[in-house]
Amino acid sequence: MNGVHDMGGQQGMGPVEYEKNEPVFHAPWEGRIYALNRAMRAWRTWSLDTERHALELLPPVDYLRMSYYERWVVRLAAQLVQSGLVTTEEMESGKAAPGSTKATPALSLATSSRWLNRGIASSQDPEVRPLFKVRQRVRARNINPVGHTRLPRYARGKTGVIVRDHGVYLFPDSNAHLQGEKRQHVYSVRFAARELWGEDASPRDSVHLDMWDDYLEPA
Amino acid sequence: MDETRRGFLKAAVTTAGAAVTPDRVHAQGSGQSQAVPSDLTLRVKSLESLLLEKGLVDRAALDALIDTMEHKVGPRNGARVVARAWIDPAYKKRLLENAPAAIAELGYDSGQGEHMLVVENGPKVHNLIVCTLCSCYPWPVLGLPPVWYKSAPYRSRAVIDPRGILREFGTELAEDVEVRVWDSTAELRYIVLPERPAGTEKMTEEQLAALITRDAMVGVAKVTLPRPEANA
Repeated sequence: MNGVHDMGGQQGMGPVEYEKNEPVFHAPWEGRIYALNRAMRAWRTWSLDTERHALELLPPVDYLRMSYYERWVVRLAAQLVQSGLVTTEEMESGKAAPGSTKATPALSLATSSRWLNRGIASSQDPEVRPLFKVRQRVRARNINPVGHTRLPRYARGKTGVIVRDHGVYLFPDSNAHLQGEKRQHVYSVRFAARELWGEDASPRDSVHLDMWDDYLEPA
Repeated sequence: MDETRRGFLKAAVTTAGAAVTPDRVHAQGSGQSQAVPSDLTLRVKSLESLLLEKGLVDRAALDALIDTMEHKVGPRNGARVVARAWIDPAYKKRLLENAPAAIAELGYDSGQGEHMLVVENGPKVHNLIVCTLCSCYPWPVLGLPPVWYKSAPYRSRAVIDPRGILREFGTELAEDVEVRVWDSTAELRYIVLPERPAGTEKMTEEQLAALITRDAMVGVAKVTLPRPEANA
């Protein structure tokens, strides 16, 4: 979706605010909500793509106003209720419904380090054929899906060159909506800065994006 | 379905205690304020106790996840990888060809780093890492990203004005240096292999690692020698 999260190329956001010796978490609640999000993902009720999309669905003014982990608080609450793991009544009261059965956590201390080590699904599956080749010129498709996508607006319709084939990955546009994995190749595509931003950009500079087969067409 | 989700999120925002309250005066503008409303502390406590009561999470596992991010992963890991690459050309070659395997040689392999790529700076090439869509970052070697990396100013400008961003970080590049920005739009995670500064030829691997900063491995800065002591 063309959401406020798709920030590449936007202007007027102000200077970067740098904090010296920044702590990993600024308050205990940030660490707790980080861990709760990670631990709940172990239930596999939703995927990383679903999580990303849930943040994109935040109303734009709230997305911009909230701190990073504040977004995670709202997202987790929403996903718990959406998935049925927690009822609205339980969320409001903060107490488990009387007589409800107690689950066994999907993530235990013993499995937590393995869970952190779990990589993101990809493969070199030879059965999934690449649609493009390294050094091929390609154009990013001009698509505007209302759901999740990892094709930023600033690259759509622009022409670049494939510099590397990363192998096979799940397609986020369908996986986020539980509409299938649609496994396909992902490539590193180099776009000249001038192609993206016009003649004022440096003639030498470039931006590389990682792009799925379905985002590309021959140029 | 998305409309329902959006509707629910809207409700969640307003009932979350996340709505604007008078103590959130710093939360305007860039959206990267660290003002912490006390109701967020309470809300997360309440959420955690509910999930514990329902048996959906395990407290010891939560503590372990936090401990890992606070104490076990972080830019010191990345600094060791870079220092090793500087002193060992064979290691550097392996690192550039297969970063996850070379990084695992040093014992680091937690999540968000399975598909890592190392991009090398040189006299005429400077690399910069960003995630314009969210907050993708190479956790095993750099830990969790700093607030500025996840903020609107950095995410919006790194791709359209990388030289301006670099200047804000005090990194001035000559016109003839090529800037390559890497937008982490898929599951690949990037780390910059900075240039080894002159004058470090006699340093040990540990001394070198101490010079290497997180900012240099994101590409917003270069590795520099500490300024010499003022003349006595």
